[in-house]
Amino acid sequence: MDPTYKAVAEFAQTWGLVYFTVIFIGVLLYALWPSRQQQFDEAARIPLRED
Amino acid sequence: MANAAAPQKQMTMGEGGLALTFAGLALLCIVIAAKAYTPEYAFHAYLFTAASVAAVFAIINRYYNRPAERAPLTIDGKPNYNMGPVKFATVASVVWGIAGFTVGLIIALQLAFPALNFDLQWISFGRLRPLHTSAVIFAFGGNVLLATSFYVVQRTSRARLAGDLAPWFVILGYNFFILIAGTGYLLGITQSKEYAEPEWYSDLWLTVVWVTYLLVFLATLWRRAEPHIYVANWFYLAFIVTIAVLHLGNNASVPVSIFSSKSYIVWSGVQDAMVQWWYGHNAVGFFLTAGFLAIMYYFIPKRAERPVYSYRLSIIHFWALIFLYIWAGPHHLHYTALPDWAQTLGMTFSIMLWMPSWGGMINGIMTLSGAWDKLRTDPVLRLMVVSVAFYGMSTFEGPMMSVKVVNSLSHYTDWTIGHVHSGALGWVAYVSFGALYCMVPWLWNRKLYSLKLVNWHFWVSTVGIVLYITAMWVSGILQGLMWRAYTSLGFLEYSFVETVEAMHPFYVIRALGGFLFLCGALIMVWNLWKTVNSAEAEETAGLALAPAE
Repeated sequence: MDPTYKAVAEFAQTWGLVYFTVIFIGVLLYALWPSRQQQFDEAARIPLRED
Repeated sequence: MANAAAPQKQMTMGEGGLALTFAGLALLCIVIAAKAYTPEYAFHAYLFTAASVAAVFAIINRYYNRPAERAPLTIDGKPNYNMGPVKFATVASVVWGIAGFTVGLIIALQLAFPALNFDLQWISFGRLRPLHTSAVIFAFGGNVLLATSFYVVQRTSRARLAGDLAPWFVILGYNFFILIAGTGYLLGITQSKEYAEPEWYSDLWLTVVWVTYLLVFLATLWRRAEPHIYVANWFYLAFIVTIAVLHLGNNASVPVSIFSSKSYIVWSGVQDAMVQWWYGHNAVGFFLTAGFLAIMYYFIPKRAERPVYSYRLSIIHFWALIFLYIWAGPHHLHYTALPDWAQTLGMTFSIMLWMPSWGGMINGIMTLSGAWDKLRTDPVLRLMVVSVAFYGMSTFEGPMMSVKVVNSLSHYTDWTIGHVHSGALGWVAYVSFGALYCMVPWLWNRKLYSLKLVNWHFWVSTVGIVLYITAMWVSGILQGLMWRAYTSLGFLEYSFVETVEAMHPFYVIRALGGFLFLCGALIMVWNLWKTVNSAEAEETAGLALAPAE
């Protein structure tokens, strides 16, 4: 393979992994942060509140 | 103010612009029809002309009939929901559903009894099969998604649907796309990409419709009165955005001429195959999964009158699903020219998908914890909960079949067909039926005509699904084993036609299963028809007047 393919593949395989992992850890922190419990409890009731 | 003179009625930019655009499109299509290379393409150009002219008339007619002022966003502090387009898509989904299930039954019978092809090219299996898949996935499923997404985004945002003509353009434009696609299959117009058969001009049209859909959805979220965007909307948004990207990538083709329906794709060889299954599997992941999970996240809590089991789990499994699904496509290309590493990658991500899929299933089913008794008394809720159980089952089966060793037996056999239908009939159709049984009474302000009939629908269809998938399991494994059987001398033990002969009884059972499923859907049509046409309004609705008989 030509060097450009190799460079792109290496970049994707390393930094792509880091990028996705960091974002996903961010999602986990957002979802599991203890102080958000009440906010999520309220969000879950959105469909049940009639207008 | 109240004493001011009625404001002058003026045509909006949208009305004028859209009418002019359609007038231009009508002219262009007449020219194309006159110079078209084939009569089939000319027919489609005439359809576009007729639809464009009808659109111009509809826009102008609507302008003369509407009040001078635009519909208010709120009435007495309550959101003034726009449910007209939702109603249209709801009716369209039921009509297309019956059509799609019927064509499915016909092709099931054609496989069992090939004489039913009648030697007519228009109704041969090869043309009716994409008609069936597109009718059930895109026409039935698509209209259910359009209807529920416009319903849910309004209700959970407590805001009126954005746009005046735009929501109607989305609904009618999408259904026109279905019409072009479906008639195209019968006439032999196809680009031969599975689940993406429509040719370049239909694809262009769908792109315009879909971008409008995204804008209407985003603009409605933008004007929401609720600070938090409810999780169902996240799933709808993922479905809309990803389908747009997939559609553009997989349909990057160059037409031979503007006067020809034929086009050539820019990808070649195995790259084209990879792009096709990147599209194909994510049509499963984002159309048939994310979109219908959105339905689950609104309609099950609503029907069970309980909040979703874990809101946190819904966020985590949403992002996990989005991250993983997009990589799973290569499992459709095991043991092909696709590089080994790409096949293994597809398999690995498919297996990882177990976790987010089951996260969604657990969240849907456990929403009923503490209210399991409702399953006994409410057949609508039972339909939806069984749909989630089927979702769990087929998302267990799918990753298993993506394992290369299993795939070497299952690929190209009826097992795949059985797997697809346990997902399509059990999950997608059942959750859609549940949503329709909820939404039709809400939209038309009526009481559901008969819960007993829902119960009949449930049991007749469930027996149908069980017959269908068990027949295909047995048939598929039998087929796979016969294909790979060798004699002691190293020759293949069975000729191809012998394997076909062995399939016959299972094809008959499958057709019977499909027939029962169709019967169940017809019971639903009767029930919904009686619901809409009953004079009795739901007690809770104080204002609604029942129409005179």
